[in-house]
Amino acid sequence: MPQQEVSRSDRIFTLDLRSAPEEVRAALGLASGWLLARDLPPQVRGTVELVLAEVLNNVVEHAYGGLCRGTIHLEILPREGRIDLAIRDTGSAMPGGRPPPGERVDLDVPEADLPEGGFGWFLIRHLAERVRYRREAGANVLEIRIPLPPSA
Amino acid sequence: MRLTVLDGEEPQILRVDEPRIDSSVAIQFKDAVRAAVSPQASRVVLDLGAVEFIDSSGLGAIVAAMKGMGEGQRLDLAVLTPMVDRVFRLTRMDTIFVIHDTLEAARRGAGH
Repeated sequence: MPQQEVSRSDRIFTLDLRSAPEEVRAALGLASGWLLARDLPPQVRGTVELVLAEVLNNVVEHAYGGLCRGTIHLEILPREGRIDLAIRDTGSAMPGGRPPPGERVDLDVPEADLPEGGFGWFLIRHLAERVRYRREAGANVLEIRIPLPPSA
Repeated sequence: MRLTVLDGEEPQILRVDEPRIDSSVAIQFKDAVRAAVSPQASRVVLDLGAVEFIDSSGLGAIVAAMKGMGEGQRLDLAVLTPMVDRVFRLTRMDTIFVIHDTLEAARRGAGH
């Protein structure tokens, strides 16, 4: 289980987890439960959970290269009309110093050539309003803004 | 990864008894589907009605399961929950699979 560093605050959710798929799953459960208590629409919760899943999976697989030794710091901060996410890890930097463009995966191919991956950054880019990345003192810092629908 | 065979063949219906198909179960999922698919069935339907969450690893695992089907076999999907349906639509994977709204429709073979 992730280290239980969930902030007790109503305003912000913070959590440290180890870089392993089971930790990601447990962290998403905690985050989702916290968002549920914030009374956000189900679609927004689904969006945040999916974006976090894709980001955290990428950190586990790429930044830490599948090693379970790394730590990932996660913050969720709901604001007026949006939800800000921050993810920090000390794994390897993003290639080229920037996050992938996340182009739509080409499905107009024979069945045998259909892609089994490459959807992650497309989904993140598609669902987020803004993505910012910086390398800071040996850490990757990713800041993602998820818009709330006008009615929320 | 729990899969239950609901119907034997034509179509064979496999119910996914997991609330999530994510990166922690993607490989087991792919292997479980491969092991459960009957070589005699020409059409296999994955009942995803219990699946509340899927990520890109899970989506990739369903594509891999489809690509692993035998010659002349087809993999359909049924009963997508709102979140799963959204991921299929966003990635346009809904254009690759025949998707049935209900198990009854899946048995009849009528997809959208």
